[in-house]
Amino acid sequence: MSAQAIFSVSGLTKRFAEGEAEVLVLKGIDLSMTAGEMTALLGPSGSGKSTLLTILGTLMRASGGTHEMLGVDLMQASEAQRTEFRSKHLGFVFQFHHLLSDLSALENVMMPAASAAGRETPAMRERAMELLDAVGLPDRMNYRPSAMSGGQRQRVAVARALINNPVLVLADEPTGNLDRQSADQVMDLIRSINQTMATSFLISTHDEHIAAQCSRRIELLDGRIIRS
Amino acid sequence: MNPYAVKLAIRHLLSHPGQTALLMAGVALGVSVFIFMSALIGGLATLLTLRTVGSIPHIVLEMPDRDPATLSPNAHKHVVLQKDLSRRDQIAIWQPVIPIIEQTSGVTAVSPQIRGSAFVERGQTVAPVGVIGVMPGKLSDIANIEAAIVDGSSNLPADGILIGSRLARDLGLRVGQVIRLSSDRGRTRSFRIGGIFTLGIASADRQAVYMNFTTARALYDLSTGISRIEIKVEPATDAADIAERLRRSTGLKATAWTEDNAQLFEGLDAQARTGTIIKAFSLVTIIVGIASAMLLSIVRRQSEIGIMRAMGASNGLVISIFVLEGTLIGFIGAIVGAVAAWFALLPLPPVTEVSSGGLPIDRQQGDFLLAITLTTLAATLASILPARRAARIDPVEAIGA
Ligand SMILES: Nc1ncnc2c1ncn2[C@@H]1O[C@H](COP(=O)(O)OP(=O)(O)O)[C@@H](O)[C@H]1O
Ligand SMILES: [Mg+2]
Repeated sequence: MSAQAIFSVSGLTKRFAEGEAEVLVLKGIDLSMTAGEMTALLGPSGSGKSTLLTILGTLMRASGGTHEMLGVDLMQASEAQRTEFRSKHLGFVFQFHHLLSDLSALENVMMPAASAAGRETPAMRERAMELLDAVGLPDRMNYRPSAMSGGQRQRVAVARALINNPVLVLADEPTGNLDRQSADQVMDLIRSINQTMATSFLISTHDEHIAAQCSRRIELLDGRIIRS
Repeated sequence: MNPYAVKLAIRHLLSHPGQTALLMAGVALGVSVFIFMSALIGGLATLLTLRTVGSIPHIVLEMPDRDPATLSPNAHKHVVLQKDLSRRDQIAIWQPVIPIIEQTSGVTAVSPQIRGSAFVERGQTVAPVGVIGVMPGKLSDIANIEAAIVDGSSNLPADGILIGSRLARDLGLRVGQVIRLSSDRGRTRSFRIGGIFTLGIASADRQAVYMNFTTARALYDLSTGISRIEIKVEPATDAADIAERLRRSTGLKATAWTEDNAQLFEGLDAQARTGTIIKAFSLVTIIVGIASAMLLSIVRRQSEIGIMRAMGASNGLVISIFVLEGTLIGFIGAIVGAVAAWFALLPLPPVTEVSSGGLPIDRQQGDFLLAITLTTLAATLASILPARRAARIDPVEAIGA
């Protein structure tokens, strides 16, 4: 494990009970990422990309192996510790934006920080405005998600993932639901954030075009890393 | 309270004004049913009580029952005199008792009376009546006879009597006529009908005959004693307690009106129970309504809840948001319903002035605060289960990642 690794997993497995039978979805993953990396996770549908991201994001526990991040043993950590860890150090972008429909773009960006603090603060507002500026939506702060395009919503979702200044953003097919032009905009945005804010990204995709814009690529097939 | 939970709860309610208004309107309706039932049941009880206690004594003092003497108490023969149920002993020494009664707190009127049975004869018809001999100036202390006079006057000269309108009609009697009255003591005297009254109580209007205290004395051979002391108290519902105090202070038998009107109280109780059931149903309706609306809303917002959980919202925050939403719907709906009920009941006449056929609704007994409190509590209760369900939503499943 190199000195600047932000997370590392080894021998990571995940099995799901499928009725009577058990399915082994991740079959021993060894992987680590260093700060500032922008990594593409490639693989066909059903290869285990989402499962791996979900485990790395502490939204689900692995069945076996080790999982360590920023010096914390996440296999041993309690659910409350994992929740706190997640809100402090991890950001998420999903295929669907999942913005809260009752909140404006600005309020949506503040949501992860406000949830943790129990209130919205002027500092959060300030930071959220900077982020919306950074994702190119300074004039959409007070729009509800329903009044924005798909690409705009996904850019708000990227800004939301960044509000707590995470070390790592896990993006599960962030452009999977966008047209080519919007997808490129979102990828440009992610790349510039990766460069200016030194935030690491792990982006799952089955799109070579997306993977080409990343600094590193990992290929997953049937629950195993086949190329790294 | 978590300010962010408050913000999100209010924001959601405001973002769906139609649904929020509909829910609140439902709650408001339930609350007004609750208030309406309280006011109606309370008003009915007040009206029936007022009607009942208005013309009757609240407490009657008489000589205590004396068990009949046992004659020749030996083991082989046991002779017992049968108790004379028709006559009660007179209260021989009553003057000193009157001030004691008058000074008892709660007592508002005291009327010593001579009571007895008699027959009125007119031609072939004979009608049984109950004679009430009242002291001068105390004619209207128990039943308001003066106000009930429909013909003649309420003066009671030595040979004058007042009779009820039913008796007058049955016997074809008019004011000014002279009739003969025979007491169960065998004394017969002629009286001139001075006035006819309608109390609205059938038994009194058919049987009561009021006369001068002194005249009644002669008719019943009572030289100094009296038959009973009738008392009015305020409030009438305290009669039982006051009767108990009078029994101890005077040694007389004290009967409160509540003892003789058990049926009324049973009726009022049954009514109150009916009201409670209807009120409980309106609360249950509110609970079911809010709970199902919240459950629906949670199913619809599953992925939003999931994303919040994924991004660091605690279980407590999610529960707070939904409990707050339900509570706000309940509280605001309750206020709206209570205010609406208040204004709806405002033009209704007071219970004492309800015309026959009208509903005796007493706004004072509407239990507004209780309705608001219970409804808000019910709403909170109704949202706890859905809220806990929301908190259990698995972010991974909800997001469908
Ligand atoms: N909760 C689950 N229960 C059972 N099987 C699952 C579950 N989640 C994922 N799988 C299975 O795991 C495999 C990998 O799924 P996923 O990680 O979503 O792949 P990808 O994101 O690469 O398409 C699939 O075969 C899927 O059916
Ligand atoms: Mg997937």
